[in-house]
Amino acid sequence: MLRVALRMLIGDKTKCLALVFGVAFSTLLICQQVSIFFGLLGRASSVVNDVREANVWVMDPSVKTIDVPFPLRDTELPRVRSAEGVAWAVPFFKAQAQVRTRGGNLENAVILGIDDASLVGVPDKFVLGGIDDLTMPDAIAVNPAGFRLLFPGEELSVGRTLELNDRRAKIVAIVDAAPAFAANLTIYTRYSLATRFTNNGRNQLSFILAHSAPGYTPEQAAANIEQLTGLKAATSGAFRIESIMYVLANTGIPVSFGTVVLLGVIIGIAIVGLTFNQFVVENLKQYAALKAIGVRNLRLLWMTLFQAGFVGVIGYGLGLAAAALFFSQWVAQKSDALRGFYLLPQVAIGVAITAVVIVVLSTLISMRRVLVVDPATVFRG
Amino acid sequence: MSTATAELGLPGAGTENSVLVRCAGVEKSFGQGETKVRVLRGTNFNARAGEMTFLVGPSGCGKTTLISIIGAILSCEGGEVEVLCQDLRAMKRKKLADFRLAHFGFIFQQFNLLPALSAAENASIPLVARGASNRSAEHAATELLHKLGLEGHAHKMPNQLSGGQQQRVAIARALVHEPDVLICDEPTASLDAASGHTVMELLRDLAVEGGRSVIVVTHDNRIFEFADRMHHMSDGVITRTESADEIEAHEGSSA
Repeated sequence: MLRVALRMLIGDKTKCLALVFGVAFSTLLICQQVSIFFGLLGRASSVVNDVREANVWVMDPSVKTIDVPFPLRDTELPRVRSAEGVAWAVPFFKAQAQVRTRGGNLENAVILGIDDASLVGVPDKFVLGGIDDLTMPDAIAVNPAGFRLLFPGEELSVGRTLELNDRRAKIVAIVDAAPAFAANLTIYTRYSLATRFTNNGRNQLSFILAHSAPGYTPEQAAANIEQLTGLKAATSGAFRIESIMYVLANTGIPVSFGTVVLLGVIIGIAIVGLTFNQFVVENLKQYAALKAIGVRNLRLLWMTLFQAGFVGVIGYGLGLAAAALFFSQWVAQKSDALRGFYLLPQVAIGVAITAVVIVVLSTLISMRRVLVVDPATVFRG
Repeated sequence: MSTATAELGLPGAGTENSVLVRCAGVEKSFGQGETKVRVLRGTNFNARAGEMTFLVGPSGCGKTTLISIIGAILSCEGGEVEVLCQDLRAMKRKKLADFRLAHFGFIFQQFNLLPALSAAENASIPLVARGASNRSAEHAATELLHKLGLEGHAHKMPNQLSGGQQQRVAIARALVHEPDVLICDEPTASLDAASGHTVMELLRDLAVEGGRSVIVVTHDNRIFEFADRMHHMSDGVITRTESADEIEAHEGSSA
């Protein structure tokens, strides 16, 4: 009987297409918005993610996110180093600066200053150049998105110079850093150069990066640092989550994206619900005839669910494919604004569950119609 | 005797002139309070195996209600309804559905074919609903369609068939699972005289001669000649029953 149900559905091509479109549209909209949402949240902690060597971040107790640091005194660094369970600790600078592009425009940049001696704090992967190139005079490394922002239409290259707060800077490497939340251009340089580029005065130490000593967990090291210095110390994982939670709590992003997702669900239910209801109403006489022949209600219910499930699966598949194409290397990954935004498997699973909810809610009323239709109506001309 | 009846070992089914359908004192009303209408008022009705039993009467006299009750589609409030010696009133809804599927074939005035299915697929529905594979069900349906003169039409969609051809597909659907009782509601109402005559001949040849009981509700006096027995109904009761000879005599005098 499922084949009968399928033929009934496919036989009405217009409604079948409308149903598939409804589910596909909702799937695409929700997948795209949720993926961008998670991508943005990822950017909120991208700097923390890119620092692989350290497992403890030390900061002023008032700091709640990587994007809003509060300067520490330079004297805090040796105190952290002396805490029990700390293997090493290095300074880390983070600030924003204005950069003039080739076209004369000013662009926001995130400047990250890493320890001059150890160069701890740079992402692992370099597209051009290498970590040692950062030891050269006026040396900076930029991310690919930042390079394209500075030099639109040009191939990635090293050796170009630019003006950073009226100071000369030379691009010696292209580093594969994820775009930060506040700006697309991320600049890595030595700590001593970074403080000069920004001219923020004394006490420019934004964070201290530390690593737990053998035999100590990062949590233990962080607790010892807090006890000794009175500063705030968090493991990389904890600080990453805290930075994300800050964005969730202090920006309109969750509400904005949540609203679009909700609209996607409502539109999906509206399109699928109305179309499916119309489909069932138009076929009510056929369902009544099947009932009269002796097909049980439960079987008719399965047939209706199968029809709904069929359009759900096809629609979800098409919507997911469109979303995957959107986030693929041919579309989103070519755009610097969307680079680093991916369709996560968890999002695909979550949206699949949402699609099931949309389909089930949309078909509830229609299913009731099928269940209560009087088979005797087939005798009424 | 149908396969289903034989499997169940039901008594009486298919034996020449045995009563397959017995209604006694059937009561049925619709509505409540002041709007309550008594449609059946202690109706008595019998239909025998190997006979074509006609149920005639003016619109609103209760014919459709009576065949709906006999066909296990509607329940009644009083009286007895036995089909194949089974008390329909004692059956639960699920069992009634199974009973309909096993023992009844229905032919509707508007054919009620599924427009998205081919003739063979439409005709195979009762077999598929009983669990047969699509392939074997369609094979059986196609053979039956051939017997009904629809060679070469098995793969056509209903909208590619004439009214008479669609009704023949409906007959195939009603007979494909070899039911014991065939209920036909105005089977010729949507057909011209020639097609109606052909349809009734097919019903007589394939249904009645198979030992089934065929109950026909009709207003169409052009097909009265096919009746073995005719129940006249008025205001919810059977007022008169005529045998084939009486019908012939009556029709002859009318002509």
